[in-house]
Amino acid sequence: MDLHIVWFVLWGVLWGVYFMLDGFVLGAGMLHRVLGKTDGDRRVIINSFGPVWDGNEVWLLTAGGATFAAFPTTYALMFSYLYTPLLLLLFALIVRGVSFEFRGKEEGAAWRGCWDWAIVICSFVPALLFGVAFGNIFAGLPMDQAGYHGSLVYLLNPYGIVSGLLFVLLFLEHGALYVAVKSTGSLSRSAEDLARLLWIPLLVIAVVFLGYTNFATKLYHNYVAAPVFAVVPLSAVAALLSVRLFLAKGRAPAAFAASCVTILGVVFTGVIGLFPNLIPSSLDPNFHLSIYNSSSSEYTLGIMTTVAFIFVPIVILYKIWAYRLFRERLTVESVAADHEAY
Amino acid sequence: MDVLALSKLQFALTCMFHFIFVPLTLGLSVLVAMMETRYVMSGNELYKRMTKFWGKLLLINFALGVVTGITMEFQFGMNWAEYSRYVGDIFGAPLAIEATVAFFLESVFIGVWAFGWEKVSRRVHLLSIWLVALATNLSGLWILLANGWMQHPVGYVLRNGRAEMVDFMAVVTNPYGLLKFGHQIVSGYTVAAFFVLGISAWHLLRGRNRVFFRSSFGMAAAFGLVAAILVAVVGDFHAADVAKTQPAKFAAMEAVWDSCSNAPMHLIAFPDEKNQCNLVTGLPVPGLLSFLAFHDSGATIKGLNSFPKDERPPVLPVFLSFRLMVGLGTLFILMSAASLFLHRNGTLERYPVFLKLLVYMIPLPYIANQLGWIVAEVGRQPWIVYGIMKTSDAVSRAVTLPQVIGSLAGFTLLYALLGFVDIYLLVKFARKGPEEATEPVRAAVGRAPEAITVTAAGAVYK
Repeated sequence: MDLHIVWFVLWGVLWGVYFMLDGFVLGAGMLHRVLGKTDGDRRVIINSFGPVWDGNEVWLLTAGGATFAAFPTTYALMFSYLYTPLLLLLFALIVRGVSFEFRGKEEGAAWRGCWDWAIVICSFVPALLFGVAFGNIFAGLPMDQAGYHGSLVYLLNPYGIVSGLLFVLLFLEHGALYVAVKSTGSLSRSAEDLARLLWIPLLVIAVVFLGYTNFATKLYHNYVAAPVFAVVPLSAVAALLSVRLFLAKGRAPAAFAASCVTILGVVFTGVIGLFPNLIPSSLDPNFHLSIYNSSSSEYTLGIMTTVAFIFVPIVILYKIWAYRLFRERLTVESVAADHEAY
Repeated sequence: MDVLALSKLQFALTCMFHFIFVPLTLGLSVLVAMMETRYVMSGNELYKRMTKFWGKLLLINFALGVVTGITMEFQFGMNWAEYSRYVGDIFGAPLAIEATVAFFLESVFIGVWAFGWEKVSRRVHLLSIWLVALATNLSGLWILLANGWMQHPVGYVLRNGRAEMVDFMAVVTNPYGLLKFGHQIVSGYTVAAFFVLGISAWHLLRGRNRVFFRSSFGMAAAFGLVAAILVAVVGDFHAADVAKTQPAKFAAMEAVWDSCSNAPMHLIAFPDEKNQCNLVTGLPVPGLLSFLAFHDSGATIKGLNSFPKDERPPVLPVFLSFRLMVGLGTLFILMSAASLFLHRNGTLERYPVFLKLLVYMIPLPYIANQLGWIVAEVGRQPWIVYGIMKTSDAVSRAVTLPQVIGSLAGFTLLYALLGFVDIYLLVKFARKGPEEATEPVRAAVGRAPEAITVTAAGAVYK
């Protein structure tokens, strides 16, 4: 078994699961002022992901750590080339995390209003930046023997912005569905209505993204070479369509599940298209960062594979247990009665 | 200032800020787990209230520890890309293992613990906080094995233009990393102990919730005494290991300029870096330094002058930090021993000055932790990986000066703001004291006689 390929797949899985899980926290975070008209409703939304957001964010840390351990050259260049966007991402994730914790610690409307806005902004910024960053990675970064020729402004090219909007809308849809599934009464209904509304621009931007990808990137070359993989983008599209079908039938939980599949599908569509590169160069194919020229030694990959194959299944088991534990819907009353809630 | 200097400054700033929160989490998670264990074993509501009160402070502190930790992982790639590329084959592995083995466990079970009081059985809830404590300490193990490798690289070969791992077992059994882990863990416990002692003392001075805070005080005093003694014991072995593996750092710690055998320990000394000697030395204890370093009073200590000038660490900060850390460590042993003694013979509240002193002592173990890291990191300079790679070769090439100025300014502002809010909330909730005992007296009667006292005391003093 080629360990480089194993780690390439794992790399994709870590990013995919991260976006699937933190996606609804980012989405619900962006929407929590729109959906939550009262402090009670806002607390329902924040507490709906209260016990799990931290665990979701760890997938990002693991994706970063796995990139470092398995593909150190990619890690080094990706993080130093994308210095400014990553910095903004960091600031946003830092503020978002403490906002959840700090918001409920004082009663005042000004205090809570402050953290509410912090949550909205610091959920939007990562969603957008992840999309912009991945769009640019799909298209390739301008790098050659002289190093990196890009900048933050460069990254905001049309394709980067389309990808950014795609991520924002995917997460908004995902977050609205999550709130619909985790709350009751009017909050749940208005979240479901919003999900129906958001689905239309999401579909539009998804179509634009899929079309634009053909011109802006070389992702589809792999699908032409091995058409069997087309099943991945096709299932992403099918999942996106079924989100709306399930919503029409009033089956929000199924729609949320379909939204999970959509996000995984989008990420894998990109990742499969990249293979065997992690970050292609838009200037010179000799400077693609691939799973072969940027990886750790066979020995290190072997050690890491052993660790991953033992611990990742255990992690998944207790994460599923924790999600089941906190599966019930929250109400304004149940949150108010819980002294430990955010 | 160039990219290198600013990147160093930024790493120091973000690391030290992160390390305001980490040591308390290391120790307080264990202490809270002990409190909850007593609750589950005895059924006494007092310990449940203790778990909740100290647990709340743990959570406020925990949040900032988590989010500032993300910075650390990103920064290796952002500012130290050459380093990451050169050593990623070895250094990346413990980081990835830390995330997989420790971060998931910690983050999932802190959620279960904080939100799960009514959702899981008492035993599962207790298991959750122990898993959090275990995971926090495990995360310390992996990151210190990674740091231990930078201090004393083992299990690698230089090939393909980088350091490649050839012996994973050597990396995970690196004595440097393990000793550092031992020293750090109990230092974290000391921070937590004095945190609980200080806050308890503050309430006892005001006569509030006496039973509650006496009991917290007693647990913290015993915990703190054991921890503070272990800090010194493990620290002694650690220093001896440094003398072997990083003689330049050891020489800077003790301001030894000229190599000598049967080296004395000068109780008074002050280094003069310019003239490469000490301005003053006094009160020598013959052979003590050689004995501490090699457990042989005749052994030779390598002096700073036997290293090329560009391979010596800055002497003054390392020397002063080390002295101050050792002095503080001694103080912690004495103060925790006195705390335990006064608590045991029941005369604690007769000494308000002592209690007041404990309140003011809360920051000292934090400072001692930071000083220890100054010794470790500044003492390793000019190397980023001892003997293999210099810090000046490690900085990212793609990063520009305006970028680092921007990020450093951003971190400074953001961290100052968040640190301020976090400390404000910690102080607020620490002062507020525990929730009123909610269990009716009737329910308490059947369990333990103590519980009645608690409820009564709560009613009287709140």
